Amino acid sequence: MTDALLSVRDLVVEFPKRKTRLTALDQVSFDIRPGEILGMVGESGAGKSLTGAAIIGLLEPPGHIASGEIWLGDQRIDQLPYEQLRRLRGKRIAMIFQDPLTSLNPILTIADQLVETIQTHLPLNDKAARARAIQLLDEVGIPAAEKRIDDYPHQFSGGMRQRVVIALALAGEPELIIADEPTTALDVSVQAQIIDVLKRMCHEHGTAVMLVTHDMGVIAEACDRVAVMYAGRIAEIGDVRQIVKHPQHPYTQGLMGSIPSITQQVDRLVQIPGSMPRLDAIPSGCAFNPRCNQRLPRCTQDRPDLITTDQGHVACWLYEGATP
Amino acid sequence: MIAMLIRRLIQAVIVMLVVAFISFSLFQFVGDPINNMVGQEASQQDRAELRERLGLNDPIPIQFFRFVGNAVKGEFGISYRMARPVSEVIAERLPATLELALVSGVLAISLGIALGVYTALRRDGWLSHFIMSSSLIGVSLPTFLIGILLIYVFSVELQWLPSFGRGETVQITENWSTGLLTVSGWKSLILPAITLGLFQLTLLMRLVRAEMLEVLRTDYIKFARARGIKQRSIHFRHALKNTLLPVITIAGLQLGSIIAFAIITETVFQWPGVGLLFINAIRFVDIPFMSAYLLLIALVFVVINLIVDLLYFAVDPRLRVVKRSAGR
Repeated sequence: MTDALLSVRDLVVEFPKRKTRLTALDQVSFDIRPGEILGMVGESGAGKSLTGAAIIGLLEPPGHIASGEIWLGDQRIDQLPYEQLRRLRGKRIAMIFQDPLTSLNPILTIADQLVETIQTHLPLNDKAARARAIQLLDEVGIPAAEKRIDDYPHQFSGGMRQRVVIALALAGEPELIIADEPTTALDVSVQAQIIDVLKRMCHEHGTAVMLVTHDMGVIAEACDRVAVMYAGRIAEIGDVRQIVKHPQHPYTQGLMGSIPSITQQVDRLVQIPGSMPRLDAIPSGCAFNPRCNQRLPRCTQDRPDLITTDQGHVACWLYEGATP
Repeated sequence: MIAMLIRRLIQAVIVMLVVAFISFSLFQFVGDPINNMVGQEASQQDRAELRERLGLNDPIPIQFFRFVGNAVKGEFGISYRMARPVSEVIAERLPATLELALVSGVLAISLGIALGVYTALRRDGWLSHFIMSSSLIGVSLPTFLIGILLIYVFSVELQWLPSFGRGETVQITENWSTGLLTVSGWKSLILPAITLGLFQLTLLMRLVRAEMLEVLRTDYIKFARARGIKQRSIHFRHALKNTLLPVITIAGLQLGSIIAFAIITETVFQWPGVGLLFINAIRFVDIPFMSAYLLLIALVFVVINLIVDLLYFAVDPRLRVVKRSAGR
């Protein structure tokens, strides 16, 4: 795994409470290779977005990284001082947020925002930066980019704004984009277009993507590999086809079973009983054990680490001793 | 743009007419003006004659239109108390009030914004905590008490600054005498300006702070941070402008009330402005003066609101007409 662009190792993010502390991310480890699209799925509150925020150093206080390491190439980035981290943001790691309607500053023109971002990271004069801004808008599919660049965000539709957001994220030629549910706030018809733009842009620019979503359709469509998160831990990580077709972790199996399919006739969709535990009430052993239909005695005692199987990595005792 | 301007102007005229009607009715309902104007010994015939001469026997609508017509020309009749044209008296005293209001307005707005931004950016610093807690004093203490305290400390105990009057003034034009060109004028201005502006300052500061904190939590600021935009630019280019949008409205209204409610400060410091004159006018039931003052203040508010609307229009692109409707 030395060829990884981003390496997250045993990341723990905590929120101190008055007496105790909540562990929001618990020993999260994964890699993203250059140019790869890694999907992050899980229920709300599983820690998907938090992982993204931790990587780019934008955790909202009092949340903080308690232990673990984050490596970008051969540089460790989880302990960088503010100014160095700032230079990194947008230049090497960029981020896209959920709601394009609120992601753009309403009183600055698209040109203002793009040119400033470009000049923050690249040594271009005003004219060259503007030309590059127009080119970026053109690439993400904004018609008449040359004219529309001087418009304000409110003059664009939601889908167009998310394209502008993608252009902004790509302005500094980053190696990695963290896309935090980039299509959740959009119309279904626009969602596919945006995923398409994101995929194409990242392919052309060789940018890796960490795609946070809870839309399995988007995952299947766009990703190379998938990480499934549950209660602040990674339950399973592996190739997208393997996970969709042959999920290993009982939680992933439940997730996949709950997706309606038009090719199969079923009376009832599979439903996982219960709900994800709150952060202050995570059971001992495997966090999923109270809801698991294949529970072993030791699941309530010992926490499983990621076990490498022939199909990927899964944190489940069922696969202990499986030949990798 | 033009349509909006015309609409706003029509609204302004309507507001002014309503206020004119109220101040006109002062003449009708607050006692009989004739009683105040003539002495005890005046005969019934004298009274009737005066009544006829002042046009008080005409139908009320005609009297009202005459009142409005005169008001537009700047004629508000003769002050009962001073026996001089009201417009002349006001013109003479207005500079004092405007100078006081201007200085305390500038003080309140500049310091209010600066301190508001500072306390929002350094939310947990001890200085911010200190500023925030002492701002409670400004919000909660009544104006006259602040004035009296300031007089006690700086005039009586320390004897640094005068406790009343405008100091030396310089005549600029026929009607305009300013205290801003002399040292004693400035010295006299300091205490009243602080007294008048302190409440507005603290109010604006708390408003700016709250707005700024709100803006700093928005997605577009988070996104700007995620793009590596410099801290300075995030605070002063991306956040401050958005913070000031709602503040413009409040600041405009504050400026209006600074002029309108200078009365108390002017009384405490015996500041020779229109407010002090108004207090005396009330005591003497000087109705022409009171109605003129009412109209003047209404005009100030209407004009300020008009300016605020235009400013808003200039600052917020969302209000401007969309140039190209294509692509929406």
